[in-house]
Amino acid sequence: MSQQRERPAHGPAGRGMLAGAPPEKASDFRGTLRRVVRLLLVDRSLVWAVVAFGVVGTALSVVGPRILGHATDIVFTGYLNGQFESGASKAQIVAGLRAAGDDTQANLLASVDLRPGAGVDYTALGWVLAGVIALYVAASFLMWFQGRFTTVVVQRMVAGLRDQVEDKVHRLPISYFDRHERGDLLSRTTNDVDNIAQSFQQTISQLLTSALMIIGTLAMMLIISPWLSLVALLTIPAAIVITKAVTKRSQPQFIAQWGATGRINGHIEEVFTGHEVVKVFGRQAQAAAEFDRRNEALYASAFKAQFISGVIQPLMFFVSNLNYVLVAVIGVLRVLNGSLSIGEVQAFIQYSRQFSQPISQMAAMVNLLQSGIASAERVFALIDETEESADDPQAPFPQPVRGRVVFDDVTFSYDPDRPLIEHLDLVAEPGQTVAIVGPTGAGKTTLTNLVLRFYDLQGGTITLDGVDVADMDRRVLRDHFGVVLQDTWLFQGTIRDNIAYGADDATEEQIVRAAEAAHVDHFVRTLPDGYDSVIDDEGANISAGQRQLLTIARAFLANPSILVLDEATSSVDTRTEALVQQAMERLRSGRTSFVIAHRLSTIRDADHIVVMDGGRVVEQGTHTSLLESGGAYHRLYSAQFSAPVA
Amino acid sequence: MAAYRRDVALVVCFQVVQTLANLALPALNGDIIDRGVVTGDLGFIWRTGAIMLGFTAVQIVCNIVAVYYGARVAMAVGRDVRAAVFDAVQRFGAREMAQLGAPTLITRSTNDVQQVQLLLFMVLTLLVTAPIMAVGGVMMALREDVELSALLLVCVPALMVGIGMVIAQVRPVFAVMQQRLDTINGVMREQIMGIRVIRAFVKEEHETARFARANRDNMEIAIRAGKLMATMFPLVIGVMNVSVATATWIGGYRIGDGDLDVGTLVAFQNYLVQILMSVMMATFLLMLWPRAEVSAERIVQVLRTEPAIVPDPTARRRVLDQGRVDVIGASFAYPGAEEGVLHGVDLIARPGETTAIIGSTGSGKSTLLGLLPRLFDVTGGRVEIDGHDVRSLHPDDLWAAIGIVPQRPFLFSGTVASNLRYGRPDATDDELWEALAVAQARDFVERMPEGLDSPITQGGTNVSGGQRQRLAIARALVKRPPIYLFDDSFSALDFSTDAALRAALKPVTAAAAVIIVAQRVATIRNADRIVVLDVGEVVGCGSHDELMGTCDVYREIVLSQLGAEEAAR
Repeated sequence: MSQQRERPAHGPAGRGMLAGAPPEKASDFRGTLRRVVRLLLVDRSLVWAVVAFGVVGTALSVVGPRILGHATDIVFTGYLNGQFESGASKAQIVAGLRAAGDDTQANLLASVDLRPGAGVDYTALGWVLAGVIALYVAASFLMWFQGRFTTVVVQRMVAGLRDQVEDKVHRLPISYFDRHERGDLLSRTTNDVDNIAQSFQQTISQLLTSALMIIGTLAMMLIISPWLSLVALLTIPAAIVITKAVTKRSQPQFIAQWGATGRINGHIEEVFTGHEVVKVFGRQAQAAAEFDRRNEALYASAFKAQFISGVIQPLMFFVSNLNYVLVAVIGVLRVLNGSLSIGEVQAFIQYSRQFSQPISQMAAMVNLLQSGIASAERVFALIDETEESADDPQAPFPQPVRGRVVFDDVTFSYDPDRPLIEHLDLVAEPGQTVAIVGPTGAGKTTLTNLVLRFYDLQGGTITLDGVDVADMDRRVLRDHFGVVLQDTWLFQGTIRDNIAYGADDATEEQIVRAAEAAHVDHFVRTLPDGYDSVIDDEGANISAGQRQLLTIARAFLANPSILVLDEATSSVDTRTEALVQQAMERLRSGRTSFVIAHRLSTIRDADHIVVMDGGRVVEQGTHTSLLESGGAYHRLYSAQFSAPVA
Repeated sequence: MAAYRRDVALVVCFQVVQTLANLALPALNGDIIDRGVVTGDLGFIWRTGAIMLGFTAVQIVCNIVAVYYGARVAMAVGRDVRAAVFDAVQRFGAREMAQLGAPTLITRSTNDVQQVQLLLFMVLTLLVTAPIMAVGGVMMALREDVELSALLLVCVPALMVGIGMVIAQVRPVFAVMQQRLDTINGVMREQIMGIRVIRAFVKEEHETARFARANRDNMEIAIRAGKLMATMFPLVIGVMNVSVATATWIGGYRIGDGDLDVGTLVAFQNYLVQILMSVMMATFLLMLWPRAEVSAERIVQVLRTEPAIVPDPTARRRVLDQGRVDVIGASFAYPGAEEGVLHGVDLIARPGETTAIIGSTGSGKSTLLGLLPRLFDVTGGRVEIDGHDVRSLHPDDLWAAIGIVPQRPFLFSGTVASNLRYGRPDATDDELWEALAVAQARDFVERMPEGLDSPITQGGTNVSGGQRQRLAIARALVKRPPIYLFDDSFSALDFSTDAALRAALKPVTAAAAVIIVAQRVATIRNADRIVVLDVGEVVGCGSHDELMGTCDVYREIVLSQLGAEEAAR
């Protein structure tokens, strides 16, 4: 049933894999690349700016050397001018040379603007060079702007990606987190996203410039000789073949590298989180051994990835040199049959050099790109995970909430092989306090998980005031609950913010009153910074009991319609507990409450006591009626109070 | 790095050969044009082409070998640094963990190492060739014309100053950027850990906003860094191009004066481009430099953090098997805290006896237990095990003597068996089942389809709170230490399980010292010795009966639990 409700994800959804050795998914380089590009294109105007600056910048840097060539020509001409007496005309000099049999020199001079005796035209040289410098400076500025815009485009893209990942975390079913290493998820949001940024930042402008260079040069080559261009164009298929052959081998290694990074991050996160336990159990050697295993795997894949992809550039270099020789040979053949001049071949050879250089640069960029794509694939895999069934914000919701909660024939288990709750029926009338007791593992906490819709049922229904909770918007539903979970999670922040977690608009007075009711006010005031003291989930200077009291204060302040208290005071000493109980009773009055507790003294006044065992309700009634019937509750109760007090 | 001297030397050798082969290529290229194409000598082109391809082949082989060793060294160094960071953190105490915090330590172990590793790889595969090219270029330039070479004295320092200024500016930005990455990591980690609470309180939007803020901060700083870095490349290209133009200008005048040949000018231009090209190549690396440097600093900071609690280097190895614990006048205060947590606490535990600690929330019970395995060190007084001050013991011996069940029963991802064998890897399956039976966990493990091999998720989230606690108890039992510490380990157990567990525990721990922190009087009332702690001080010590008569605090605690029931009977 829950399966049907789950929305099918678009794209390949990674099947839930257990922590440890997720199988490496077949990679889809092009598909992933296309998706990244689509994300980049979100900032369309900026992307166009990058392209425009790139085009103009590249054009300027192609034109620059040609103009500089003019400057050299001016110097050269001036130099030649200096060789001859002034007064002689150009025609005379050329004729003289021909007469002397020096045809080469004669041809050369014929081609320049020879003004004998004039010397170097410094004015012209100055203008040309000033123009060149201005052009280069302009080109640099354009490149600079392009770089700046690229940064913005890429960083915005990856920030968006990170937001998507974070957003996803809130839409994944809770069961996803039961199955995946936290550190691997973290690695995807930090290491992988960072890697995407780094590789695209470097490749985008390079790829763009290279592509423009190739196109520009190709145009020039085609003008000179379409035939020779064909030869030069052979470089492209060669480059593609080489790049394909290499990337086919290196891409899996890149995927392995970033997968291994995630796995080592997973291990590090777990060991650092359980630091104390690892230490006192003398497990550091074993933790280090596991670390070494994952570290070695990371090393092996990173090394192979870098080495294999590093081969592209030398190979491309070879291709480009081979091409050079071929162009030279064929060029000479063309000269011999008279279809090309030597000068044209010379120019062509220069261009073919200029042509193959960006090609091999592009091939080298593929290396970086591959790494980024491998990371992108991991990020996309997370984003494509199957989500919880969508909520309908228009879904029916009882207004106002009276608080009648009914479990009807509820069946649920976390693991299909291990039935947990089967055909459970339970009714909580509005305003009632329902206590749930039973041995550990009976499924008590699971009931709270189900009523809050952390998991979907496999059978039966849970209704609130007659409306199936499965049809409600989860957030609207949860908004009416105040919970103290076994998991006493506090976020890093001030005590004030932690208490006000469920009530954004709480006043200082309300916060303090909630803390007083939870009997944690005194403790907070002993801290040097009082309510401004910063605590976190791992803070050593706050005890488990105090932590629980803070979570109780948090629930108090949320002022919910329905209260769920799961072992709310298990770590609190019994004297404080007795005081907190009174406050809780006040809070519970008029609200439906579910209370799970082991200390039966805390629940004996409940309106309704449900005894669970093995996922079923074995007994229910009031304290007195259950004691009288002498069943499971009686046994639990007498175990607790069997030993006579001295 | 020292371990890879041979490999680094190989990289340098092959890179040098590769670069030299590379330097020879332009000359051959030129020959093909000048003496082959111009003269139409096809045979010459083929011959020189063959030589050229021969050089290329040498260059390729050297290049590939260099990449091979370069990748190997860089990745191996990365691996070793990662291991060093991990190892350093393993030696940290609770104090250093709290000081630096897990999120940053995680980032430093992976992301920061990645930055350093990347730079190293690039240096080994690219940077080695740059100085060779540059020096070769400078030498050739000087040979062509000394005066024109003076231009280098202007443009090279100008470049260095420019690049230096960019780096100086971008460094602090990257330092902030790595910190912001820590924050992102931290917020995300918190969200995953607190996912149930977040959903229960419908705080997804609040959390998303919090993350978005961290993300936005990170993006802004990354853009700032990126924009600064974006100046680098145009700067180098600009200086290079302007230099070439200037050389032509100066050269033009000198040619006009007859001081210089045109050929020399053209050659000089070529060498200038070569020098500046190598500078540009180095610039690519310099772009990685600032971030890698910041990362390296962050790594070094971890490596240099001296744990406050260090094992005594002169500690002799000894077997601690008596199970005698003496806490004598122990005081403890968290660093920087105004008030201490413990004040002159005395506690003794003897083999075969059960010592219980009871007291109100925040009275210092867990801290007191933490003094034994040196999670904290006393700030006054001392803690002895078998008559030895714990600070003088080798940590392995100390930890081997203690089996602890922490208040938060932290389980690791793996299987039931791998968790149980945590304290003693060579325990047999029978021993595991025995421990499970004592911990009242046998039934539910047996019901799991894969028994001992059933998977346990990170933190043990796939078993209930009570089951988690019982597995943690079994884990300590499998270890069979002479001292057991139970830190409020029975709180998530229902009373009958608690009672059965304690009954089963008795024979197993007959020869061991058992110290129990508990809230329930029923759990501890049969203890040989009960220590009553109140605001960090011992206010009573004795048996249940004695304390009922002498200790007000104890009596209050008992009455808060049993009074009403007694009255009800």
